[in-house]
Amino acid sequence: MSQRVRPELGMVLLYGVLVTGAMITVFPFAWMLLTSFKPFHEIFSLSFLPAEPTLENYAQVLLHTDYVRWYANSLIVASATTASVLFWDSLVGYTLAKLRFPGRNIIFVLILSTLMIPTEMLIIPWFVTSSELGWVDTYWGIAFPGIMTGFGVFLMRQFFQTLPDDLLDAGRIDGITEFGLFWRIALPLVRPALSALGIFTFLGNWNAYLWPLIVIQSKAMRTLPVGFALFSGEAGSEWNLIMAAASMAIVPVLAVFALFQRQIIEGVVLTGVKG
Amino acid sequence: MLRITRLPGLALMLVALALLPAAAQQVTITYWQYEYATKVEAINTLIDQFEAENPNIRVVHETFPYDAYNQRVAASVPAGRGPDVINLFYGWLPLYIDSGYLQPLPEDTFPPEEIERDFAPMVRAAKMDGRYWALPTAVRTLALFYNKDLLAEAGLDGPPKTWDAFLQAAESLTRRSGNRFQRLGFGVAPTGQDHHLIREVLFRQWGVTPYSEDGRRVTYDTPAGTEALEFYTDWITKQKIGVANFFPGDSGYREAFMQGLAAMIIDGSFAVGSIRNGARVNWGVAELPVGGPTNERSNFGSFWAHGITRNARGAKLDASIKFLKFITSESAMRYWLDTVGEIPARAALAQDPALASDPVFGPFVASLPYAHATFFVDEAGQRQVLVDAVNEVTLQGVAPETALERAAQREQQILDDFWSKR
Amino acid sequence: MGRRRFGIRLSLNARQALWAYVFLLVPMAFFLYIRIWPAFQAFDLSLREWNIVGEVRTYVGGANYERLAGDPRFARALLNTLRYTVVGVPAQIVLGLAIALLLERVTRYRGLLRAVYFLPYMTPIVAAAWVWQWLYSPNFGPLNGFLDAIGMPAQPFLDSPAQALYAVTAVVVWQNLGFVVVIFLAGLQSISRTYYEAARIDGAGARALFLHITLPLLNPSIVFAVVIGTIQYLQLFTQVVNLNFTDQGGPLDSTLTIVLYIYKVAFQRFQMGQAAAATVVLFAIILSVTLFQLKVLSRRIEY
Repeated sequence: MSQRVRPELGMVLLYGVLVTGAMITVFPFAWMLLTSFKPFHEIFSLSFLPAEPTLENYAQVLLHTDYVRWYANSLIVASATTASVLFWDSLVGYTLAKLRFPGRNIIFVLILSTLMIPTEMLIIPWFVTSSELGWVDTYWGIAFPGIMTGFGVFLMRQFFQTLPDDLLDAGRIDGITEFGLFWRIALPLVRPALSALGIFTFLGNWNAYLWPLIVIQSKAMRTLPVGFALFSGEAGSEWNLIMAAASMAIVPVLAVFALFQRQIIEGVVLTGVKG
Repeated sequence: MLRITRLPGLALMLVALALLPAAAQQVTITYWQYEYATKVEAINTLIDQFEAENPNIRVVHETFPYDAYNQRVAASVPAGRGPDVINLFYGWLPLYIDSGYLQPLPEDTFPPEEIERDFAPMVRAAKMDGRYWALPTAVRTLALFYNKDLLAEAGLDGPPKTWDAFLQAAESLTRRSGNRFQRLGFGVAPTGQDHHLIREVLFRQWGVTPYSEDGRRVTYDTPAGTEALEFYTDWITKQKIGVANFFPGDSGYREAFMQGLAAMIIDGSFAVGSIRNGARVNWGVAELPVGGPTNERSNFGSFWAHGITRNARGAKLDASIKFLKFITSESAMRYWLDTVGEIPARAALAQDPALASDPVFGPFVASLPYAHATFFVDEAGQRQVLVDAVNEVTLQGVAPETALERAAQREQQILDDFWSKR
Repeated sequence: MGRRRFGIRLSLNARQALWAYVFLLVPMAFFLYIRIWPAFQAFDLSLREWNIVGEVRTYVGGANYERLAGDPRFARALLNTLRYTVVGVPAQIVLGLAIALLLERVTRYRGLLRAVYFLPYMTPIVAAAWVWQWLYSPNFGPLNGFLDAIGMPAQPFLDSPAQALYAVTAVVVWQNLGFVVVIFLAGLQSISRTYYEAARIDGAGARALFLHITLPLLNPSIVFAVVIGTIQYLQLFTQVVNLNFTDQGGPLDSTLTIVLYIYKVAFQRFQMGQAAAATVVLFAIILSVTLFQLKVLSRRIEY
């Protein structure tokens, strides 16, 4: 195509499209960020830029709420869950993609079907269970429904499917254990998928609302989204605080994203080497 | 020797054992309400006071976000957990009573005739099957919030007393070009308080009693009812004094008012706090205007009430009753008024001249005697019915007559569903 | 021990199966107990009448399903959900794939651009929904400002029963785009460079490379993005609720989804039996759609 003829022009066009798209995409987000620097009375003034930018909202959120505590709780739950999901979901995804055994398809569909019941209908049985087992108002109680996910199993299965079987068979002949095949050969080759799963899982738990809301009883255990909900009440919502709190909440997710994004790039190098 | 010296010890132990039940009567009860900073603090202070007066009782106070109320209850009940005393919106009471979640208030501690004598009349909405099931600390009514400067600009030296004057002022204060508004004469909010306005204020002013005496039948589907609904929808479609969702968010109408972009709004007493904190305009409060064929005053009243759940049994029940008695006492209400700024549920306190003449709370208090609390059996569903009726007229051009007929049918269905299961 | 008695070939297969079951032991226990058992409880509940607060759960047979079939709101929710899915899924797949392919080509600022496209997916929906309501505001919104500037009439967007569903879909696509882009980028990164090099040596053009290498090798990612995207849209809830917080699913039920219907029936009216019945219907829909998609979309990958 034109790329071969006029690479410079192609590149300019490419960047043009991408940057325009990016600007459209980022606009609502930028609005949120800028709003977080507006004093309350300016929230509804409809100008994009704050006229009298202030850090007051941030101070208010940090000093007059338990924000730091919510932050820590969310960080603990999201990190632990992500670690668990990365391990278990890739193990199950690998097993379903690369090992042959009776019942494989049924088990896959069964696990996939767990994505098809909305959480709204599960919270009551979960709460009854947590209540019986003493998990209410604990980190484990918040985290347990998400320590493995049908979503992640499906994602990892799809990516493990792309690995050639010869690679594993060669490993088997070399006497590597089945777990070793998964851990040392297969897993490093699907790093891009693992990174994506890490990002999604962290984010999903970081933003989880409904279940934490039910299982958390004490103030000390509240996570960020549950804390956020306190900014809205019968007498309206404190949008300036919501925007500041939301902006700060994005920082660790960005960090996680940057971290895993590097993994994606490393993944390229590895897959390149492998071929 | 040894034996003798041991004796007193043994005796002491026996005495201690005998006393133990008394000491073990230390009971802990749990109280639930939604999170609202000033309310949480006020209840905490009241709990401290109550615990000091009743050293045997400990009250655990749990709160959660406002929007999460029903989910919390729904999850806790099947798990056999949850509160002994719960703060509920009165409109949810029938459902909670019907399912056996609430216990009736014992009549010896809370005699119905005493409640009816001492509390605001709307509290009767907490009575079912001839018994009371919950009692409030505070009550709410609606009032007209107005922007003093804007009204002065329109040539009014005070708030409008009639709907005619209200409309005139609103029309002259509205600023728009084409279908886009720059400023509203009235902050229309069908999903805010306006559906209550239609139900309990406009219908009644047009001579329509919205429901039958026993609460089983919808009775607003009459020509007069249609006129009342149309009177409201005309504000949006004909006079064009306002538009819904002028400002985004769950209380955009109020925020537009606070910003000076809506000259008037109708809101509840619970909004006073936010408006006081956030309004950048010179505002005032007035009783709702009168109008319609009857020219009578009417208002919508509501309240959050404390009820005792079926979890409270034995010593917990006794403690819960004591606590309920305490938080609905005169002194608690007075404290509540001072800290939270909500109108006391006891009529005697509400008649306090200082309160009645208060420029902000006065109009709300004055509305108490003629405020009606709708007997909701499904508050969310019934609200939706009227919101949809308004939207059908204003967004789809359905005739008010047809919209009201549909609304009445839908609401009757909800009532039938409820009563047929009893 | 006993394994030694079998022939070598048999033992290899058996060993693999054995290992598979060992790997799946803990996860299956988890999924069965935490996910599937509660789902069965929902099925059971759909045959009963229970108002949550009450202690009794009376068996009522198919009464909840009958009530569902007779509820025009549920029919509306089904129809709306279908519309969201049919519009939203293809939109986000096509846009996501295009952006991922473009991002693959650029070398400078790639990380930054990628992060920017992912930002909406990170933004808490409460905050995003509020901003979008401003953007859509018929009176002040920049969107109408833009229409004004190019001489088009102002639109009501979220306030219109005819437009609201599509306005909501646009927000969901905006938010999900980052998710789809990340999936496709991961998929593209997993394709070994050697395939392209080999094909180029054979003289294949850019178009042929895309059709015969990129697309087939991206197939597992595409299957994943389509299936998960469909499930997401069929379970749409949070965005709908937050974009019209005061009249959830409105105006006039024009944005109501199945899950929002379930939520309202369960937690506003406390009719758990009926909510459970709606859940079962939703489950059946998602399961059949998913199985159909997996069958149609998945192909054998050849190396």
